[in-house]
Amino acid sequence: MLTVMEEKIASTEVPIIPKQEIPASNVVEQKIKIQTKGVNLHYGEFHALKGITMTMQEKTVTALIGPSGCGKSTYLRLFNRMNDLIPNVNIEGYVLVDGKDIYERGVHVDELRKNVGMVFQKPNPFPKTIFENVAYGLRVNGITDKNFIAERVERSLEQAALWDEVKDKMKKSAFELSGGQQQRLCIARALAVEPSILLMDEPASALDPISSAKIEELIYELKSKYTIIIVTHNMQQAGRVSDHTAFFYMGELIETNTTKEIFTNPQNIRTQNYITGRFG
Amino acid sequence: MNIDHDKIFRSKRNKQNFAFWTFRILSFGIAGILFWILGFIVMHGIKVISWDFITKMPEDGMTKGGIMPAIVGTLTLVAGSIIFAFPLGIMAGIYMNEYAREGFLKRFIQVMTNNLAGIPSIVFGLFGMSLFVNKLHFGDSILAGSLTLGILVLPIVIRTTEEALKAVDDSFRIGSLALGASKWQTTSRVILPSAFPNIITGLILSIGRVSGETAPILFTCAAYFLPKLPHSIMDQVMALPYHLYVIATSGTNITESRPIAYGTALVLIAIVLIMNILANILRRYFGKKVKTN
Amino acid sequence: MQKLFLQKSICNRVKFFRKLLERLIEGLLMLSGGLTSLIVVLIVVFLFREGLGIFGSPSMETSSVLVVNKSNPIKSLTAAQIKNIFDQNITHWNEIGGKKDTIILFRIDDLTNYVSEEEVGANLENVPACLNKVVDSIPNILAFLPANKIPKNFKGVIVPSEKISPGTFLGGKEWFPTAEPAAQMGVLPLILGTLLVSFVAILIALPLGLSTAIYMGEIAPDGIRRIMKPVIELLAGIPSVVYGFFGLVVIVPLIKNAFGLDVGETALSGSIILAIMALPTIITISEDAMRNTPRAMKEASLALGATKWQTIYKVVIPYSASGITAAAILGIGRAVGETMAVLMVTGNASVMPHSILQPVRTIPATIAAELGEAPQGGLHYQALFALGCILFLITLIINLSVESISKRKKGERH
Repeated sequence: MLTVMEEKIASTEVPIIPKQEIPASNVVEQKIKIQTKGVNLHYGEFHALKGITMTMQEKTVTALIGPSGCGKSTYLRLFNRMNDLIPNVNIEGYVLVDGKDIYERGVHVDELRKNVGMVFQKPNPFPKTIFENVAYGLRVNGITDKNFIAERVERSLEQAALWDEVKDKMKKSAFELSGGQQQRLCIARALAVEPSILLMDEPASALDPISSAKIEELIYELKSKYTIIIVTHNMQQAGRVSDHTAFFYMGELIETNTTKEIFTNPQNIRTQNYITGRFG
Repeated sequence: MNIDHDKIFRSKRNKQNFAFWTFRILSFGIAGILFWILGFIVMHGIKVISWDFITKMPEDGMTKGGIMPAIVGTLTLVAGSIIFAFPLGIMAGIYMNEYAREGFLKRFIQVMTNNLAGIPSIVFGLFGMSLFVNKLHFGDSILAGSLTLGILVLPIVIRTTEEALKAVDDSFRIGSLALGASKWQTTSRVILPSAFPNIITGLILSIGRVSGETAPILFTCAAYFLPKLPHSIMDQVMALPYHLYVIATSGTNITESRPIAYGTALVLIAIVLIMNILANILRRYFGKKVKTN
Repeated sequence: MQKLFLQKSICNRVKFFRKLLERLIEGLLMLSGGLTSLIVVLIVVFLFREGLGIFGSPSMETSSVLVVNKSNPIKSLTAAQIKNIFDQNITHWNEIGGKKDTIILFRIDDLTNYVSEEEVGANLENVPACLNKVVDSIPNILAFLPANKIPKNFKGVIVPSEKISPGTFLGGKEWFPTAEPAAQMGVLPLILGTLLVSFVAILIALPLGLSTAIYMGEIAPDGIRRIMKPVIELLAGIPSVVYGFFGLVVIVPLIKNAFGLDVGETALSGSIILAIMALPTIITISEDAMRNTPRAMKEASLALGATKWQTIYKVVIPYSASGITAAAILGIGRAVGETMAVLMVTGNASVMPHSILQPVRTIPATIAAELGEAPQGGLHYQALFALGCILFLITLIINLSVESISKRKKGERH
């Protein structure tokens, strides 16, 4: 697997960006799931991401932190190509998922997005029943078998630790749930299509502390099956749930390392300032 | 469970392509209809348009000559109706957006204004006839016609004004009031000037609407054939839309007056086009001005 | 000291006048705000005062009367019977429940067939007396006479003509408002004609309009949207007579040739023109509604692997359903009230519509075509105002239902 990937990377001509050696020490036990190489992103004139190069390992949680407007959400949205929806976006560089460049011609975004689930900042269930919310992803991906759908919906809700709370009101509108429940519903909805990557854009920022704690717990459990990237404002949260942390500032990736290292021994002064709360 | 994902993805992409191409073609088709109508009228009408056509009286049972009295009549009616409707409509719009408090009265007026906007133009014709022509004894006259048309555009003017005022940022209001300016001072010196561009563009578009209306003037002022210009507001007038209707359907010689009909239609469309273009130019001009500020 | 006092008083006075001015302006603005309400009320009053006058009035003008011999058992006739008798569709009294004799029709002009000119007199001074004699002498007579020629000691029996009721007005299938001696005031064909033309128009316009709204709102790149917007605005701006004229010279011959008809002025021609005219309304309102779909909702769908199209029909369209309904209803409203274009292309035959390839006549077209000839205050005039009332009520219902839909929508958001 690794050799194949290396070959692929080697074969793509990257004249501007210096070829990166994959840090062998990090890949001994875990596979690289996502890799970006020299990604630059412009919104019109605005340079939102400046040459980001970074890797994320399979079945780990990576936290992206940094002050507002630093580009962390934009970076997260690279991996399911959500940035495509914004007009005047210009992306350079390579974004590799499972070794494949997802911005290459011929890549279909719908296939990619099925594999890369996303949970948004504010819970955004559809104005449909609880059941239909979770089943939506299956239906749009062409699954019609009723039993299969019912089974998968139940399993996804169980994974999202919501099943016990909603099993008696599957036909009720999703809007009847509390904010925290809605967010877990959205996680279940994302899980139902069996992605291998889960992107979370400040998933707990709109929730109360108890709901927020539940989401964190959930992330910890989901780690065993999914590669999770989470954007967060909340330092403690990043410290609690993530294995790796990346600090963004003004569109640049300042520092990335294991969470423990970042929080105990940051190399960059700006990282240190941010983590200790001197600005943010 | 075996799921052929490739097949599913292919099929849903095909569906999307099919749907999107259908929408694209239908949308272009609709744009095509506009250009068809415009092209058709322009192609046939341009042959008739000349200085004489615009400045001469109709001759030979409206099969020859020009359409000057109809043009003058329409311009008079437009002028009359906007003199009536613009001030009142703008005042009403100001009241609704700046003065009226949320509650039953405001809601009631809103519903009534919306209803007025939805009333068919022929009903305005009936109303104008029974109130202005018969009850108030204006007779078939410019006055009666202008008032009827004025009532017809009133809700449009109100809505335009309201929307323009709504677009003005609340900080302007609060800022001015905080300086001790009274409500009317705030409205007249701060709010209205910044809403002015939007109001003007809306009003220009409504002029196009007034000049094309036929049904309201059928029984309130329009003359079948009147080869002279009006002298007072109590005179009847010819009007472009009614003239087009007459020579297209019930003139003395429909086939012979067909070219005149094309010409009249072209003049009518030209008025609407000019108003639209003017509104768009102003919109762009003011839009830039606001941005550079 | 005095100076200070003077200044203060001037200051107060200025303040007072300023306040007064403010009040005055507010009052003035409030008055103009209430103007639309006043106008709606006035429209209702004037329309219904003239229109409701038709109910209860006889279907014959009061200047003439129908008269039978006093031995005739028939004492009343309906408007339809009168028309059929004078059209020679009914020729015997027993067909309408009388004796077994032929009906002898008599008009005032026929008088000299029965009496000599000397009897009438040189200055027609003996006409009433002669009429009296003729009516009395012919038992099977049905005479149609001017009311002022009926003598005081009249020996015949005046048949009271049927009064027009809301039932006969709304349910009547014949519209011959100027028929002699009794007008036929059935507006059912006109109502059905209006509804037929409008509904077919919406059937054509709705799919087209929605497609364009979807294309403009969700699919088209910015450049194309910038071109399409003024195109739609212009389409809305073209006067209805121009549409009518275009329909007359282009659509009507097209329909005629396409279906091999004798006349191209049909309901379908009207529907096509109305569909084009209703498009801008439908497009703008439904595009607005779709644009209001929260971005988060669309992104959630796309993030699950749905295609853009799946997102549109599974999320955007359901979300904007009420706005789309409002667009359709307003489109119908626009079509129902449209006058000139319909008047010019539908052929205006006041018959019960059976197919869309037949000429039909709509309510607005009827008013526009006939009001000019209807004498003010007469039966026909009132009937046309009553039609105006019907039109007003239809549009009122349409507006209020749109109002309630948009209100409900606002309620849902919170």
